[in-house]
Amino acid sequence: MIPRTWRARRPWRARAAGATRSAVPHSRLSLVDLLAEALSGLIQRPGRSTLTLLGTVLGVGAFVAVLGLTSTAAGQIGHSFSLLQDTTVNVADVGPPPAAEADTNRGPMDFPADADARVGRLNGALAAGVYWPAPFQQPRVSASADPSGAAAGQGLSVYAMSPGALQAVQATVSAGVLYNDFHQQRDLRVAVLGAAAAQRLGITRLDAQPAVFVNGTGFTVIGIISDTQRLPQSLLGVLVPSSTAQHLWGNPLQGDAFKARMVIATRTGAADLIAHQAAMALRPDDPSLLSAAAPPDPASLRDAVAGDLTGLFLLLAAICLVIGAVGIANTTLVAVLERTGEIGLRRSLGARPRHIAAQFLTESTVLGTLGGLIGTALGVATVVLVAVGRDWTAVLQPWTVVPAPFAGSVVGLLAGLYPSLRAAWVEPAEALRR
Amino acid sequence: MTPAQAPHEPLQGPEVPVPPAPVIRMRGVTRTFPSPPPVTALRSCELTVLPGEYVAVVGPSGSGKSTFLNLLGLLDRPSSGTYELDGIDTGTLAESRRTALRGQRIGFVFQSFHLLPHRTAAENVALAQLYNRTPRGGRRAAARDVLQRVGLGHRLDALPTRMSGGERQRVAIARALVNEPSLLLCDEPTGNLDSVTADRVMTLFEELHATGLTLLVITHDRDVAARAGRTVTIRDGVLRPGVAAPSGGRA
Ligand SMILES: Nc1ncnc2c1ncn2[C@@H]1O[C@H](COP(=O)(O)OP(=O)(O)OP(=O)(O)O)[C@@H](O)[C@H]1O
Ligand SMILES: [Mg+2]
Repeated sequence: MIPRTWRARRPWRARAAGATRSAVPHSRLSLVDLLAEALSGLIQRPGRSTLTLLGTVLGVGAFVAVLGLTSTAAGQIGHSFSLLQDTTVNVADVGPPPAAEADTNRGPMDFPADADARVGRLNGALAAGVYWPAPFQQPRVSASADPSGAAAGQGLSVYAMSPGALQAVQATVSAGVLYNDFHQQRDLRVAVLGAAAAQRLGITRLDAQPAVFVNGTGFTVIGIISDTQRLPQSLLGVLVPSSTAQHLWGNPLQGDAFKARMVIATRTGAADLIAHQAAMALRPDDPSLLSAAAPPDPASLRDAVAGDLTGLFLLLAAICLVIGAVGIANTTLVAVLERTGEIGLRRSLGARPRHIAAQFLTESTVLGTLGGLIGTALGVATVVLVAVGRDWTAVLQPWTVVPAPFAGSVVGLLAGLYPSLRAAWVEPAEALRR
Repeated sequence: MTPAQAPHEPLQGPEVPVPPAPVIRMRGVTRTFPSPPPVTALRSCELTVLPGEYVAVVGPSGSGKSTFLNLLGLLDRPSSGTYELDGIDTGTLAESRRTALRGQRIGFVFQSFHLLPHRTAAENVALAQLYNRTPRGGRRAAARDVLQRVGLGHRLDALPTRMSGGERQRVAIARALVNEPSLLLCDEPTGNLDSVTADRVMTLFEELHATGLTLLVITHDRDVAARAGRTVTIRDGVLRPGVAAPSGGRA
């Protein structure tokens, strides 16, 4: 049954009697064996390992998803921004009110009469024009001279708008035509209606030359606009030539809501330049009367979007990661306590404390890495699904995706430090006392 | 230096026979636990075990048998006295060398088997080769060899949870043997077994002893002790040769 003698199989044993210390080589544990032991430790309790993963999966997944969604949304904003906002300049009249005049509730009119042409000549400007709300607190707007019918016009605004401004808002004409310099120079009483205003007033057809009455003054409606690229409020308004308005009603009222402004449509990328040149082109004698607002820098806008909610979500993700770490630490500690007998056995088989520590540390690190990998995959999937659902382009920065699984590893490693030290400190004689 | 020789092996050449170096040489070993109040679990123990000996250690509960075994197995250090294993003075060794010595030269068999429940018999045996530089590739063959030797060649891939107590203890014995130790230390190896399975394990020990293995078995069981070549008794931490008069300390 037992074929050979023990001594005969051990020629080196002859050395033992006179052995020096070097006859006993140190115990060692190869990396492959370490990984195999750690994995089998985890596979033994698949349910528990899976539950332990959850926190890390959530934390890493949330990190990747939040950063991915933020960069995707920012990319989207940057895209639409450059298409439109980057081509708009607004100039406001900021001159002091003309105190000398008797009528003090009138604001200044510091735009020159040929303002449209002056800015239109600038290189990069496509169209420019002055506009201001008609100088009434509550304009009465109606489709007939009879003031009893004014109810329909409630809430409609009236804008004095130069032909250049009408060009600059890039309105889509759904019926008729826009007024032009011809009407402007002759102070003709013509009006263009925004689609919403036209609907309220019940004006749909222009062949009968309908009229609209503002505070009793009639204007012939020559066009209806259905959409604008700029100043969307004009869709709810009655637009009349600015010279006609000034002739009829005088200067704009004082106050932010009423003052005269200029809207400029520029070529892509020229907005910044035009913003710097507009005031000087309009009032070379005193450019400080006017203030041109350069469009907000796309980069800062993107950062603003990124800053708002991202900070909060990243905080939540960090909390998830901490919970994940606590979960791994707890599971590993429980495993150490449960497996005290196994630890004692391994020590009796020649394992050093560092081998025991390495085994549990590897288990927790593998758990963390797995959580990180699954979390990264889920995070990326979330970003892609949201982007596809919204018809956006998914933008994932490599610096957020590539290190994410390692974040899981670090969490697992840190979480395993204390439990594995506890495991290393186990006294083998105590542990083997069944 | 004189090479260690198993007593039954033919001596080399025509030289004068030399006495074999002892596997265990304990001189004046005392172990005091510093717990308040301090407990002296072992007092001035002297023991020499030659290669190929089969020694039983008996004694009432609490007399210090397990403490003694922990010292022999390098799981604990004596408070005073010297302990040489295979001629190596273990008192002067660093902890890491003691650990290595334990893994390579001592096989442990415990009353409660200490098998990993999720690993097969062969994997449990191969675990003993994890820390002593055995190449991965050779482990399964070695485990199979030694399992065959304990009569479990047909149960290599069985899980301990599916095995009888006797089979489990034989797996544990195979694990203790796979590194070919100088010394097999057993603490109550039959304590959890019925008399029939206990008898099979004892027979296995005798077969191993016959091949030259050095065994030291702690036991409460007189019948087990009687089958050993030599018996020593521990009473109140004092070790004496022979079987002491029965004193009701038996389990
Ligand atoms: N770590 C320790 N600290 C303090 N006292 C201890 C410690 N370990 C053992 N003892 C004491 O040493 C004495 C011997 O204990 P030991 O476990 O060696 O007895 P034993 O002979 O193995 O008993 P049993 O047959 O019940 O297993 C006992 O009185 C015990 O309480
Ligand atoms: Mg005991």
